[in-house]
Amino acid sequence: MSTAVLLGMGGLGCPAALALAEEMPGLRLVLVDPDRVERSNLSRQILFTEVDVGEPKAEAAARRLSLLVPGARAEPRVLRFGPRSASELLAGCDVLLDGTDSFETRFAANDAACAARIPLVHGAVLGWGGQLLTVLPGQGSCLRCLFEGPPPPGALPTCAEAGVASPLCGVVGAAMASEAARVLRGERPRAQARLHQWDGLRGTERDVPVPRDLRCPACALAPEATLRHP
Amino acid sequence: MPVIVKIPAPLRPLTQGQSEVSVENAATVQAAVEDLSRRYPGLRERLLDDKGALRRYVNIFRNDEDIRHGKALQTALAEGDKLTIVPAIAGG
Repeated sequence: MSTAVLLGMGGLGCPAALALAEEMPGLRLVLVDPDRVERSNLSRQILFTEVDVGEPKAEAAARRLSLLVPGARAEPRVLRFGPRSASELLAGCDVLLDGTDSFETRFAANDAACAARIPLVHGAVLGWGGQLLTVLPGQGSCLRCLFEGPPPPGALPTCAEAGVASPLCGVVGAAMASEAARVLRGERPRAQARLHQWDGLRGTERDVPVPRDLRCPACALAPEATLRHP
Repeated sequence: MPVIVKIPAPLRPLTQGQSEVSVENAATVQAAVEDLSRRYPGLRERLLDDKGALRRYVNIFRNDEDIRHGKALQTALAEGDKLTIVPAIAGG
């Protein structure tokens, strides 16, 4: 039995969880989010409806998944991922998917995945832009090899300020699920050590190689190819 | 042939919505950034820190090459090169 931990049940986590539940029957899905459903979420967070407004996202998503995919094994965790919760959430985790809206959480997830040698699928959207990077600790680069660290608060627009193109969430979320499924099947992920980028406004995609940064403090925690696999 | 610079969506408000802009006669990435900064006020602050170094949450690729792994802003440019600005994003 394999376990996927999904951080953030928002515009990316919802389609990623649904696709993974459909694609991999029997997969244990741990859904992590500290927030509650807001009405403004409904356009892109496809596991929620009006009746879920005000409910914890993780719990509403788990309920909806069990209805949509009979036999789905979704477990909600209404909490925020961070250094204190990482060890509990990553225990038994075979692949980590990060679709959160916080830079701090994203770098914390990257560092924790590297330290525990757990594959990480990083997906992000902002406006009409999307990004995907799959990290196999000890076998290539990580998020910190691409960006040294998170920006200070206010330096970059958040999705609340810049908006998010709803259809792009479905595209990137499904791609995250596809990457996670590849990892769980022991196949090579398409976006391993490559940053895949979407420009939803122009309808273009491209990727660039992300070389390992020999000074990367996160990769230093996973110096050997001892990746955990299901 | 100029160098083409691909502008990511979060920075396009500074380039009047343009997703690509061209730079003429830039010998290095630094020269290209300075040229863009003169034409598009506010862009320099988004890319470079107070010391003039690339910000830690922004990256620039020359074609497929991460400039931070080479000569960074002093990376040489040739006609026809493409620069891609990649900022960290966190929406989900």
